[in-house]
Amino acid sequence: MKDILKKVTESQVWKSVFRHGYADETKNRMLQIRSNVFLHLHPFKMPRHAFKIRFTWCMGGVTFFLFLIEVITGLLLMFYYRPVTEYAYLDMKFLEFDVPFGIILRNIHRWGAHAMVATVMVHMLRVFLTGSYKPPREFNWVVGVILLVLTLLLSFTGYLLPWDQLAFWAITVGSNMARATPILGHEGPFAIVDKYNDVRFALLGGTDVGASALLRFYVLHIMLLPLVAIILMAVHFWRIRKDGGISRPL
Amino acid sequence: MNGLVKGINMEAAETKKEDKESATGKQDTEYVWPDLVFKEYLAVVAVTALMLLWALMVNAPLRELANPGLTENPAKAPWYFLGLQELLVYFDPWMAGVVLPSLIITGLIAVPYIDTNTKGVGEYALSLRKFAVYNYLFGFIMWWVLIVIGTFLRGPNWNFYWPWESWEIHKEVEQALVFQPAWGPAFLGIYFLAGFVVPWLTSRYLREKGFLRYSIIMLHLLIMYFVPVKIVLRLVFNVRYVWAAPWFNI
Ligand code: HEM
Repeated sequence: MKDILKKVTESQVWKSVFRHGYADETKNRMLQIRSNVFLHLHPFKMPRHAFKIRFTWCMGGVTFFLFLIEVITGLLLMFYYRPVTEYAYLDMKFLEFDVPFGIILRNIHRWGAHAMVATVMVHMLRVFLTGSYKPPREFNWVVGVILLVLTLLLSFTGYLLPWDQLAFWAITVGSNMARATPILGHEGPFAIVDKYNDVRFALLGGTDVGASALLRFYVLHIMLLPLVAIILMAVHFWRIRKDGGISRPL
Repeated sequence: MNGLVKGINMEAAETKKEDKESATGKQDTEYVWPDLVFKEYLAVVAVTALMLLWALMVNAPLRELANPGLTENPAKAPWYFLGLQELLVYFDPWMAGVVLPSLIITGLIAVPYIDTNTKGVGEYALSLRKFAVYNYLFGFIMWWVLIVIGTFLRGPNWNFYWPWESWEIHKEVEQALVFQPAWGPAFLGIYFLAGFVVPWLTSRYLREKGFLRYSIIMLHLLIMYFVPVKIVLRLVFNVRYVWAAPWFNI
């Protein structure tokens, strides 16, 4: 047994994938981090207080992981969903009753989105309470605020897609607010637009929540918003390192 | 610019310095592998288990097919926007749906630039940053309280229902509101004028931030605190608007 293990771990194939052992020595501990594309987001070393769950509450990391869950389950849902008013609702029913594990897939995607909205707000609270937005980390806080808005928009655009009463009226109520935008909404103060060219029309692709709104929300939800969010998360993580690593007392 | 250069320099010297500091006991740093990676792994397992459990136990809602002819009552936005929807009771849509959310975003973005207090970074040292912490928590808690009210305590016609009350019970139409009390505009003027001038005259802490920072801070804070003020005016004094201008109402 030992011989076989040795043969495997010393083979060219094994060594081409895993470039270091598990021995508890400094060199290995650095290689573990640097030779792995996912782990290399980390620095080699961190101040001890930042390892503690009571410092970060794990909230940034959990938000990120929930985002990954959403990407994976969302991708699978796309196999079954068509963003047109004729089929959208039927596809949800199909998912619920016919697709194996379809209901679980949908449930995870739904609750994951709710959870992510909550964790991102809690993450912001922890960053605030530890004063981690102070120089030199000001800009990363700003990136964070944009990520917060994107998280809300992602969740909001997804809310319409089941095309049931809940979705329809929630988005109707939500988008009605846009009517009241000063200057650019047709019912807002100082309106310079009408019903057919105000911001609400731009958002919905019509005067009411209908087929074009469904398609617009779909494209925003599965393409544009996730793309921007992924890019900004890359910036967010990069900047944590470039701004001197996780915040610490001076 | 300064912050970025500082960040890059800090990163370059990072590992070397930290090794030295650990050795001399100046800063307590530890290798990320395996201590932190292990905790992240546990967090991933825990979140996955939790999401699976949640998805197995509770089904995502799917109501009847969307029907633009059949209004939902109450029609509620997704929960994270219910705080704003709740504000529709107290403000016109241009305030509740556009101005207030915009100010939340600009206020959050401004935080690192208006908080000139450099104390309390990387630790929960709240007593060193009383002004920032108090105001932030006020807004954060108000956001959640309004969400809870909008989610659990609002029924048909957005009337107030306790959780144990049936939505079948008919609620009295609200007491007649005063459209605009005679003292309204004066009250509004004094609130903002005094709110802007008095802190400048009495607080050296605020004056030292400079006039531009002070203005941005006070603009956001005065409007944030105007929300509970308006709620009280409405609930206790039956005031609909403090100021009904030809262009908009406040
Ligand atoms: C999609 C949303 C977000 C993701 C995935 C995310 C992820 C992360 C992660 C993994 C960290 C490392 C430390 C930790 O876990 O606490 C972090 C740090 C940080 N985040 Fe976020 N974040 C998000 C949104 C936000 C928001 C909304 C803010 C603030 C408005 C923010 C501001 C920051 C700052 C300033 C740091 C550095 C903290 C420090 O050095 O102590 N992030 N973020």
